[in-house]
Amino acid sequence: MNILNFFGKRSESASVAKNRLQILLAHERADNGTDAALISSLREDILAVVAKKIDIDPDSVRLEMDRNGDVTTLGIDIELPSARAS
Amino acid sequence: MSNATVVVVTSGKGGVGKTTTTAAIASALAKEGYQVCAIDFDVGLRNLDLIMGAERRVVFDLVNVVRGEASIKQALVRDKKLNNLYLLPASQTRDKDALTEEGVASVINELRMYFDWIVCDSPAGIERGATLAMRHADEAIIVSNPEVSSVRDCDRIIGLLDAKTKVAEDGGRMPKHLMITRYDTERAKTGDMLATDDVVDILSVPLIGVVPESKDVLKASNVGLPVTLSDENSPPAKAYLEATRRLLGEDIPVTIPEEKKGLFGKLFKGRAA
Repeated sequence: MNILNFFGKRSESASVAKNRLQILLAHERADNGTDAALISSLREDILAVVAKKIDIDPDSVRLEMDRNGDVTTLGIDIELPSARAS
Repeated sequence: MSNATVVVVTSGKGGVGKTTTTAAIASALAKEGYQVCAIDFDVGLRNLDLIMGAERRVVFDLVNVVRGEASIKQALVRDKKLNNLYLLPASQTRDKDALTEEGVASVINELRMYFDWIVCDSPAGIERGATLAMRHADEAIIVSNPEVSSVRDCDRIIGLLDAKTKVAEDGGRMPKHLMITRYDTERAKTGDMLATDDVVDILSVPLIGVVPESKDVLKASNVGLPVTLSDENSPPAKAYLEATRRLLGEDIPVTIPEEKKGLFGKLFKGRAA
């Protein structure tokens, strides 16, 4: 028997696991592919706006989503053409 | 022609450690500096994202890519810690026929251009998902527990690897590696569990690693880190790192890493965790 169990200390990884599952399942129960649809349409709109000013490769635009407890963040990563190209 | 190697992690039986193995090996390969992509083929019941700690960042998935709804680059989720490690998640759709043979072929062919190693996490069973996961593999890692039903199911899978894969259809022979997981040295010693040699004898597949039963595997999955990244000195991490070196072609003897016993080891391990 582990001596730490004897003193009643609970490992922290279990509470991390519970928290992760709660966030994930809350999203999975609510989501019917809306995230993907939203990202797709946002991506197209953003591409159109940026393309007005800069010549960009559609493949070099990355959108990343991060779902936290209460907040979901969206990161947009656009690789600008190198200096020699402009 | 690319130099990419596609490895399928398969077992037939569920719950033996395919996803744990996929995450551990993919991360270990990435730590060696290779460009690595792990693909989850378990459509409907994905979990590799959870084991790799990427679940909050999944937007698109393998089915979106196969259907042309997203490009591969859009669907790949980059690992938080290793920027040369990517995940292509499975979809949560219930449609079992969402993956097509041609779709998967084109995804794998494109990934071969970007990556050195592509590690395919097979679903349990011998149906479509499992056969598609192994279809384009160059090598296979067969995961077995030292337990009768698991070994029997592996034998079925070996039959499929030698019949239903591209390599087999082209007249080749799929190189296979046996990974024994959840191994308990004590019980093997007392004869209450199949020993590694027994499993190797029965399946006739060379051993690539023996992963001891360990609480570190559960701990790593709790926090969403592949066991090779969460604590690289833990016995399962050592076993996977060793297996990875063997996968890379090194000729090193298979060892079975063990937990440190003794009161002092326990005390210090507990404090540090």
